[in-house]
Amino acid sequence: MMSKKGAEQPIAEVGLPPSVANVFAARNIRTAKDVLLSTEFDLMELSGLGLDQIRSAVLRISEELSPPCQTGLSLWEKRLQQEQWHLPTRLKGLDFALCGGIPFGVITEVVGPAGIGKTQFCLKLALLAALPLSHGGLDGQVIYVDVEFKFNTKRLIEIGTKSFPDIFNGKEMEQEITRRILILRPSCLSEFTESLERINTLMLQHRVKLLVIDSMTALVSGENEQGTARKSPLSWHISFLKSAAEASRVPILVTNQVRSQSPNEVVQYNFEAGMRQEHLWGSPDFNSCLVAALGVQWSHAVTIRLIFEVISGQRFMKVAKSPMSPPVAFPFRVISSGISLLDDCGRELVGKQIHTISCQEPDKKRKEECLGPPDLSSFLNFLSSNMFGWELHHL
Amino acid sequence: MEIGTLPLPAKLKGKLISAGYTTRSYLATVPPADLARELRVSESDAVEILSHVADGGDAFVSGSRTAWDMLNEEALLQRITTSSADLDYILDGGISCGEVTEIGGVPGIGKTQMGIQLAVNVQIPVDCGGVRGKAIYIDTEGSFMLERVLQIAEACIDNLRGNAGIRCQPSQSGLHPKAFLENIFYFRVCSSVEQIALVNYLDNFISEQREIKIVIIDSVTFHFRQDFDDLGLRTRILSEMALKLMKLAHKFRIAVVLLNQVTTKHIEGSVHMTLALGDSWSHACTNRIILYWNGDERYAHIAKSPSLQSAAAPYMIYGRGIGNSKPGDERIKVI
Repeated sequence: MMSKKGAEQPIAEVGLPPSVANVFAARNIRTAKDVLLSTEFDLMELSGLGLDQIRSAVLRISEELSPPCQTGLSLWEKRLQQEQWHLPTRLKGLDFALCGGIPFGVITEVVGPAGIGKTQFCLKLALLAALPLSHGGLDGQVIYVDVEFKFNTKRLIEIGTKSFPDIFNGKEMEQEITRRILILRPSCLSEFTESLERINTLMLQHRVKLLVIDSMTALVSGENEQGTARKSPLSWHISFLKSAAEASRVPILVTNQVRSQSPNEVVQYNFEAGMRQEHLWGSPDFNSCLVAALGVQWSHAVTIRLIFEVISGQRFMKVAKSPMSPPVAFPFRVISSGISLLDDCGRELVGKQIHTISCQEPDKKRKEECLGPPDLSSFLNFLSSNMFGWELHHL
Repeated sequence: MEIGTLPLPAKLKGKLISAGYTTRSYLATVPPADLARELRVSESDAVEILSHVADGGDAFVSGSRTAWDMLNEEALLQRITTSSADLDYILDGGISCGEVTEIGGVPGIGKTQMGIQLAVNVQIPVDCGGVRGKAIYIDTEGSFMLERVLQIAEACIDNLRGNAGIRCQPSQSGLHPKAFLENIFYFRVCSSVEQIALVNYLDNFISEQREIKIVIIDSVTFHFRQDFDDLGLRTRILSEMALKLMKLAHKFRIAVVLLNQVTTKHIEGSVHMTLALGDSWSHACTNRIILYWNGDERYAHIAKSPSLQSAAAPYMIYGRGIGNSKPGDERIKVI
């Protein structure tokens, strides 16, 4: 484990010359942070010490606080000692594209319109993480933050019995597996914030092997006044979740909803002005204007983004953002055993289609084989109820 | 110039002012011994005071160079290829050593890819047109992926072998993906204070590891977007950090690459996209490159540069790393 040090580290422990340390203590300059956030000039004013003394003190503290240096090779060797770095999704094509599955220690996000199968995907992964090691699972507890009240144990067991009939062969096993999945239903963001500390402890003790948050969007839907807040209400959570994931090497899976984009939202840089207006708003088809509901700051924070979308009635999942995989799309459907890919090869994407989210509704005949209610009216209901007051200008 | 602005301990300043020395010009001709007697301080303190007075007064003479010298120095500065010939073309050969370059763009456009690519490309041997240096990779977001480094390193080696013609005879030693990994110094930064500390410490680190040619911070933004409520303080700290990085770039003739996120900015009712950290930050970097989607292609746009023409060039991200947008022409360009 890393030694406990950080911004709040008392200066007394840094090993400054006593003359300097005493002056700092007398002037109430107590932590490394106090020193590093002040200018040399301020420190001199405050302490009455000379520039050279201040400089060497700042340097000493900086050296103490700097994270350790590791070469890429030593990281790689450390990596090779760990047996497992991914939670396989058992979707062959996707696992291959992601170099093995959902990676440990980072945030993976699933974005898509309502009813497309995000929750189905989460249920399947929760199940996989809870399976015994002998069956390729992680043999651990799963914390499932179910903000939208969509978790359904029956469905989980159904997916289990259909996908792994040899494991789910009796009540006992069902009980064993479902007991490993803890459901949390926070009613507001602050409640969730409180429980995060406890979740973090459980993750660090390596009892919890997967954290699912379905959905992140619903958590902030009450707090998010579009456009007014300079700081996203999730700033703190972004940092916390990222470092919690990394420290414990637990994969975090979150879902994100979509919202329609407002027409006065010009998503281009100044230097592009006038370059491609019609490109964006040429078609009155509102489907082309869906974007992920949580803003751009959140999108920067997720390491892997999977987009679930519908194109002419066919559902696709695509790897929209990932540092190690090419942008590929796989057609999929939701069946009783969960999500299944129709094609493991996938189609490599180029250009904008990598990150657009389309929702062209299914043809009537396809719908029967799909599970869940992905019909237009429920989607519109969802839009009008959940879109933080965005009006649907396009309808 | 006021005495108050001299970098001196408060005690000495107080003595100077009470003795009537309110501006620097008064001090210019005083001998140290007289000053020591007058202020009742030790002679070494007096020398220190006078050295600061001299520093401030003569800086533009003693530390200056002629424009001609600078031109000659610039000609010696190396450039690190981006692996996209089009992009290298508008950048006049690649990312310049000795300067700070900021690269920003929307999530998923390829900022981290660019960072990893540069960390690999900096190691291309000199006889193959590279600069053969080592890289410091400062990861604030946890997005550095070893698998990807290996993929890109392998592709880079293949390219070098493929190009190995008359000029390029890469020696056996440096051409293993593991060797590429070994030459990347990785720091995982977990808070803004750690980031400040590390930037302070880099000077020492680079002095010890003489072969560093590039420092990549991925991203410079992350912690500063969350940790600060006081935006004035944030601005001050960021500009201080930028200044230190600029000094590092200059002193060691290394390239400093800062990856930045984007944010939306509300101007008169409409929403625009811009790089994060605010307006004063945008003055901090020498060069600014914005990566963006132009229709279906990824483009890099030089938004700011004192020496390069504003231009845009397409690039692509392949399994083998960054390359030209025209398929089939993704070889590493030999400069």
